[in-house]
Amino acid sequence: MTREEVFATLNEVFQDVFDDESITVNEETTADDIEDWDSLEHINLIAAVEQEFGMKFTMGQVVTMKNVGEMADIIMSQIED
Amino acid sequence: MRELEYPFNSEYILKNSKKLRRALLGQEGARIKKKIAVLGGSTTHDIVRILELFLLEQGIEPEFYESEYGQYFQDAMFSNEELNAFGPDVIYIHTSNRNIVRYPEPGDGREKVEAILEEQYRHFVMMWDKLEADYHCPVIQNNFEYPFYRLQGNQDGAGISGRTRFLTRLNERFYQYGESHGNFYINDINYMSSAYGLDKWSDPFYWHMYKYCLCMQAIPEFAYNLSNIIKAIFGKNKKAFVLDLDNTLWGGVVGDDGAENLEIGQETSMGQVYAEFQSYIKAHKDIGIMLNVNSKNEEENALAGLNHPEGVLRPEDFIIIKANWEPKSKNMEEIAAELNVLPESLVFVDDNPAEREIVRRQMPGTAVPEIDRPEHYIHVLDRSGFFEVTRLSEDDRKRSDMYQANRMREKQLSSFADYGEYLKSLEMKAVIRPFEPMYMARIAQLTNKSNQFNLTTKRYTQGEIEQAAASADCITLYGKLEDKFGDNGVVSVVIGHKKETSLHIDLWIMSCRVLKRDMEYAMMDRLTEEARQAGIAEIIGYYYPTAKNHMVENFYELQGFTKTAEDEQGNTVWEYKIPDSYTKKNRYIEIC
Repeated sequence: MTREEVFATLNEVFQDVFDDESITVNEETTADDIEDWDSLEHINLIAAVEQEFGMKFTMGQVVTMKNVGEMADIIMSQIED
Repeated sequence: MRELEYPFNSEYILKNSKKLRRALLGQEGARIKKKIAVLGGSTTHDIVRILELFLLEQGIEPEFYESEYGQYFQDAMFSNEELNAFGPDVIYIHTSNRNIVRYPEPGDGREKVEAILEEQYRHFVMMWDKLEADYHCPVIQNNFEYPFYRLQGNQDGAGISGRTRFLTRLNERFYQYGESHGNFYINDINYMSSAYGLDKWSDPFYWHMYKYCLCMQAIPEFAYNLSNIIKAIFGKNKKAFVLDLDNTLWGGVVGDDGAENLEIGQETSMGQVYAEFQSYIKAHKDIGIMLNVNSKNEEENALAGLNHPEGVLRPEDFIIIKANWEPKSKNMEEIAAELNVLPESLVFVDDNPAEREIVRRQMPGTAVPEIDRPEHYIHVLDRSGFFEVTRLSEDDRKRSDMYQANRMREKQLSSFADYGEYLKSLEMKAVIRPFEPMYMARIAQLTNKSNQFNLTTKRYTQGEIEQAAASADCITLYGKLEDKFGDNGVVSVVIGHKKETSLHIDLWIMSCRVLKRDMEYAMMDRLTEEARQAGIAEIIGYYYPTAKNHMVENFYELQGFTKTAEDEQGNTVWEYKIPDSYTKKNRYIEIC
C-alpha cells in the first residue's frame, strides 16, 4: 500500500466516523482541525482505523501519536511486515 | 433496520453510528420516550452512543443522563438535583470488577472472606435501597465479569480466598437481592464476557487508555443485550413464534420425502440438530411464548411431520397451524389477527431467504431473523433476545393453555345461535378487587403490554403500581376472569385518582383475549360501587388516541358516559354522574 493509498483510506474512515464527507486529512492534520474530534471520539476513531487496516496500535503509539502523518507512519510500518 | 438486527457487524455499527442514528431518527412510526440514567463506574460514552441506536430500533426514544466519570455511587447516594430534575424512568448502573475496592488476600480464612464479601455487597445494597426510595423506578445492575488474570491459577476459582471465587459469590448475593426486589434487574455481563471471550473483552488497553472496562469492539453486543432488558421492562417483547416446517423444524421436505424420511431425532447428526432445535422452541411455551406454524404444505403432510415419532413438537403445542399455499405474508396477517396481537409481536422463522423477504416487506415490525445453518438456529434466535424475561408470572407459563382454551371457546361459539346463550355456557367467574401484592408484577406487565384496549396508554413500572395501591387518593381495581375452559388470569386493570367529588380515570385496560365477554361491564359495576363508597359524585374518563387503540374510541359512551370535551388531536373527556340507583351492566359473569 502506498502512502497515498493509506491517506485515501484514512479519509474514508474519518468521513464515516465523523459523518462528514467534506473531511480530508493530510500529514499535518490534528484533532484541533476537526470539530468533533475530541478525546472520546478519538477512541472510536482509533478502533475504526485498526479495523480498516487490520492492525493494532500499541498503547505507547496511541499516547505519542501527534498527527495523522504519524498515524500513517505506524500503519505503513505494520502492514508492511 | 437490518444493520442493527442480530447477528450484526459490530465494527460497522461503531464506525457508522452517526449515519445510522440519522437514518433511525428519520424513520416513520411512533416511539415511546424514556429517560435513562446511566451511572457509570467506568467510561460510558460509547456505551450510551451505541445503546441509543438499539433502543431507537426497538421503538424507544431515549433521553440520557450520564454521570460524570466513575461517579455512580456519589450520584446515587448524595442528593443530586440534576438527576432529580431529570426524573429517570430507568436507572442503569454500569459497574465491573474494576470497581471492587477490596478483595480477599491469598490465605485469608472463611471468616475474613465473609466479612470482605459483606462489606462489598453492602456498598451496592445501600445504593440500590437509596435509589428505590428516591426514584421508584427499575434499576438495572451489571453483575461482575471474571478477573482477567488468576493469581492462584485454578484455585482462584475454587479456593475461598480466590478472586474468581469471590466474584462468583458476590454475583450470587446480587441475584438474591433481585429475588426479593421486583424492580431490580441484572445485566449479565458475566455471561456476555464469557460468550465474547474474556481475554478480548477485558483487554487492559481499553482500561488504561480510556478507562473502559470492556473492549470497544464488544460494545455493540453489550449494548444490544442491555437494550433487550430495557425494551422488555417497557413491554416491547415479542409474544409469538411463527415457524416454517421443512428445513426449519426438520430436515427434508415432508410433501416430497414423506414423513418417515425426514431428518429428525437421534438417528443422524442432522436429525439431532433439528431435535435439539424443536426442544428449544417447545421450551418457549414455559415462558409464555405462543407457537404457530406458517408452512407451504398440504395440512395433512404438515401434521404427519409434526407427528413424527422422533419429533419433540406435537400439533397440540401450536395455537395456530397454517399449512396451505397462500403467500406466507397473508398467513402472517391472519395469524396476528387470530391471536389478537400486533404484527410487531411476531417472530417469523424460515430457512428460505425469499419467504423471509416477503414477510419483511409485507409485515413491517415483525422480526425476521437471518438464520443460516441449522446448527446455528438456536444461537441466532437466543442471542436476539426477542423474549427477554424480566419477571415470569404464573400467567406467562399458562399463556399457551389459555390461548388453546380460547380456540375451544371459539369452536363452541359457532355451535350457539345466540351469543348470550354462549356467554352463559362459559360459566364465567370473576374476581375484581383493589390491587393485591401477589398480582403487582402481572399488573405492571399488563400496563406495559396493552396497546389496543387501552384508553390512555399510560405505562407504569411495578414501583408506580405499588405506590398507586398504597395511596389513599387512588382507587385501583384488577379483574381476574375464569371460565369452564380455564383461568385467564388478570385481564383488566383500572386506576383512578380522587379530586374533591370526582374520580379521574388514569388508566383503563383490558386484555383483548376477553373482549365481548362482559368483563368491561363487570369492571364498571365494581368501579361505580367503589366510587360511591368513597363519596364520589362523578367519574371522569379520558381517551387519548394512538395508532393502536381505535377499538376503545367510544368505550365511555358504551358505559353511559357523556362527552364533555374534544380537542384537535381527537383526545376526548367523558363524564359519568353516578345515579342514585345503579343497574348492573354485567349479565353473564358471576362475581366472587
